[in-house]
Amino acid sequence: MVSLDPRINRLDLQERKEETQPHEHWPTWEVFHQKKRGAQAIHVGIVHAPSPELALIFAKEQFGRRQKSTNIWVVKSSEVFTFQTGDEDMFETTPEKSYRDAGGYRVRDKINAFKKENQQDQ
Amino acid sequence: MYGGGYIQDDDIKQPSNGQEDPRLLAEFEARINAGEKIEPDDWMPAEYRKQLIRMIEQHAHSEIIGALPEGTWITRAPGFKRKMALMAKVQDEIGHAQLLYSAAETLGKPREEMINDLLSGKSKYSNVFNYPTPTWADSCIITWLIDAAAIVNQVINSKGSYGPYCRALERICYEESFHLKLGHDCIVELATGTPAQRKLVQAALERWWKPIIHFFGPPDKTSVHSEKLMRWKVKMASNDDMRNQYLSTYVPKIKELGLVIPDPDLKKDEATGSWTYSDPDWDEFFRVINGDGPCNEERLAVRKWAEDNGKWVRNALQKASDKYVVPLA
Repeated sequence: MVSLDPRINRLDLQERKEETQPHEHWPTWEVFHQKKRGAQAIHVGIVHAPSPELALIFAKEQFGRRQKSTNIWVVKSSEVFTFQTGDEDMFETTPEKSYRDAGGYRVRDKINAFKKENQQDQ
Repeated sequence: MYGGGYIQDDDIKQPSNGQEDPRLLAEFEARINAGEKIEPDDWMPAEYRKQLIRMIEQHAHSEIIGALPEGTWITRAPGFKRKMALMAKVQDEIGHAQLLYSAAETLGKPREEMINDLLSGKSKYSNVFNYPTPTWADSCIITWLIDAAAIVNQVINSKGSYGPYCRALERICYEESFHLKLGHDCIVELATGTPAQRKLVQAALERWWKPIIHFFGPPDKTSVHSEKLMRWKVKMASNDDMRNQYLSTYVPKIKELGLVIPDPDLKKDEATGSWTYSDPDWDEFFRVINGDGPCNEERLAVRKWAEDNGKWVRNALQKASDKYVVPLA
């Protein structure tokens, strides 16, 4: 085999003696990216790394090389606890939740009616 | 970036013989029909999982291998700015592979296994990277026209049903838009340049036209079409639909530069929007996919070298407590 790239021709290319072993590419870390001061750290993906220090370095390269960044957090995937996505119906409590929303409280009509009534009384 | 629109579908031809629970299957299909995404911890049919792993893994391998024909031009890129841009572009591709391997891992296949399957030839990657880049213009053709094809494919696939793959593709598409502009800039510079530059880019286009037509896979009439994979939103558009969309956008952009596409029969039926082209030798396509292309051997040999020679670094990082000991004699 002759490559167009002389650097490849200089490599000692051999058949593999041993396949890549399980876990050789390390455990995974969840990465949270904070764009700027005051912003939330948002989950953006994972990296594989042997230690938290290297996870931060790899995450900086993978998720912080392009856009503006202020900080990055990493946490070992095995340390994250979640619900089952399939159990999402547990978030469905009452279908009517307007009592929790600002939009659920409209008083202007009442005030206007009250004012009108009072004007008539005078 | 380089998700070949073409999924190797030897196994798709065989119907799944595993019987799925009809109630779970109905729930799963209803969710997809409603436009909802599937998350890794959801129930999914075994065949859905298998096809997604295959597709995302091939996409990831394509990013890694696709970095090689362009990466070889970093040291010889014309000028400092071009060199910086190409380095950034190639780094992006490796980053995309990382994102995609991560998405495939959520389906249960470890990364080490995917790497082994790439290096043993069991798992494929986009066919176009089995062709060489003998000149700078060839590298620019990849940056512009192959990335453009990949973007067509990825934008469509980002509307698919599997959450982690969609998330990865959205991020990838965002980064790809820079590649497309960079590639166009490089090609425009050559095409509007000296006669020697024009000749260089024309020759590269001629070398790459066939692989470009191959990119989205064989025509629909000959390729196995899986109704089920479409229904499950694993495959989002047919090979011909994607190719037609691509040609409609990029043929005019190539022609406005005065470049000549090496196919006199290439034309669009304005009524149907579909393109006809002369036979791009589909036998060659299958020969190259199965290992007999100009660069198959080199691409895998280089990746094997990198994986094997990176082993001591991985081990050193894993066990930092291991100390170097001076040999006794």
